[in-house]
Amino acid sequence: MELFQYPYMQRALIGALVIGLAAPALGIYLVQRRLALIGDGVGHVALTGVGAGLLLNHSPVLVAVIVASLGAITIELVRARGRTSGDLALALLFYGGIAGGVMLVGLSDNTRALNAYLFGSLTTISPGDLTTITVLGAAILVTMLALRPALFAVCHDEEYARVSGLPVRTLNLLLAVATAVTVTIAMRAVGVLLISALMVVPVAAAQQVTRGFRGTMAAAMALGLFAAGSGVYVAANANTAPGASVVLMAIASFAVVALGGTVWRALRRRAAPAAAPAAEPHEVVLHRS
Amino acid sequence: MTSPVITVTHGVVGYDGRPVLRDVSLTVTAGEVVAVLGANGSGKSTLIRAVLGLVPLVSGSVTLFDHPLRRFRQWHRIGYVPQRLGAGSGVPATVREVVASGRLARRGVLRPPGRADRDAVDAALASVGLADRAGDPVATLSGGQQQRTLIARALAGQPELLVLDEPTAGVDAASQEAFAGALKDFVAGGGTVLLVAHELGPLRPLISRAVVVHAGGIAHDGAVPEPAGHHADPDHDHVHPHGPDEPAGLWSS
Repeated sequence: MELFQYPYMQRALIGALVIGLAAPALGIYLVQRRLALIGDGVGHVALTGVGAGLLLNHSPVLVAVIVASLGAITIELVRARGRTSGDLALALLFYGGIAGGVMLVGLSDNTRALNAYLFGSLTTISPGDLTTITVLGAAILVTMLALRPALFAVCHDEEYARVSGLPVRTLNLLLAVATAVTVTIAMRAVGVLLISALMVVPVAAAQQVTRGFRGTMAAAMALGLFAAGSGVYVAANANTAPGASVVLMAIASFAVVALGGTVWRALRRRAAPAAAPAAEPHEVVLHRS
Repeated sequence: MTSPVITVTHGVVGYDGRPVLRDVSLTVTAGEVVAVLGANGSGKSTLIRAVLGLVPLVSGSVTLFDHPLRRFRQWHRIGYVPQRLGAGSGVPATVREVVASGRLARRGVLRPPGRADRDAVDAALASVGLADRAGDPVATLSGGQQQRTLIARALAGQPELLVLDEPTAGVDAASQEAFAGALKDFVAGGGTVLLVAHELGPLRPLISRAVVVHAGGIAHDGAVPEPAGHHADPDHDHVHPHGPDEPAGLWSS
């Protein structure tokens, strides 16, 4: 526990908690859209931004936000056009992104930084980084909560949302940019290769036991917070990689919730067996007398 | 004085160069209940999708409430009921949450829901007989109950015009009756209805005019036509499957 007296550990913990809260709040919309792995793709693209930032000696996180946003907007435009070549275009973007990132980082004589962005490096978060993470994380959180009815409608039934006169394209682009921002701040915590886990796994866990969208969102945020906090705690005490520890805690909570939900449903079914729904009268004559 | 609610003038719709609707003109005035009938693949669903701006017109024009479609912004005056709930989302949603989406057209994106919104959602749920299922996940409902949820969503916005795409296709009898009752109340309140149907069933007494779409054109516009051929047989049981109107995947993204 003494470890948390060091400022760098406190920053690691706060950064992880902010991301643990914000990532599922955004991820729930991606899961609802069945785009659960989009964060992974945007993460690949963000790596090129990191490389460009390191090469240009600018803040890698800031350049990554810009490059990842452009990538996410491109992905959204490809998706909205709905052509069959969409997944090929996405593949080009993803692998182009990661190859470009690796190449640019290599050129920047800062090759050690690559690992930090691929797998996360919570303990090297500077006070400036923490400010960026907190401000952007809070912005994501507020946007996702305030726009919940509209974003829910768009992700649930896009055509209906359009006939409702909602600014569907704007909301989709907003979601794309928010994904890019979340990916970029989460990159410092869990790394490009594990980003999607924090957006998706808490949502997947929560929906094992929830009935509605609002409940799922609240439970996913609570689970994300728990995974981030306990992951950093485990990492500090067992001296494991913080990013991987956070993700493994999230997956462990998924297993626990899924198992608990199954047991609970089985018990309830045994306590009160559901009556078979009343059948419709036959539409054809089955027996002629 | 009845004013036109929907006007389609020489509407042409095509997908990838294949014409689906050729030169269709249609006017629906306030208070009418118009059924668009036709065989699978005749273009009847495309017609209402074009009216709502969900598919673009190659040529011709659509006017809604005296505004050209492109400049139409009063979407709260329209309630749309799609054929079925989208492919199903990954995250559970309660019946109430889905129905509450129907208030967005009236409320806008930024305003949080208020008392009027909650009351309208309650009333819409009650009108389709789903008040007791409000807290259940939509995915646990039967097909007919899901269809009623979508109708409640449209009614929650308190629209003046309801546009329904095959609302009774593959729906159990109890849901068809509940649906016909809700529609009757809506029409009694002065609402206008445009619906696509394959068969009318319990809706038939409500329909004031029928439009038959055949091979991309309008073959009949007037009284509800009598069923022809073996469909006219009083013992005729409607047993053929209700497939999607057109092959899926062309424009369903």
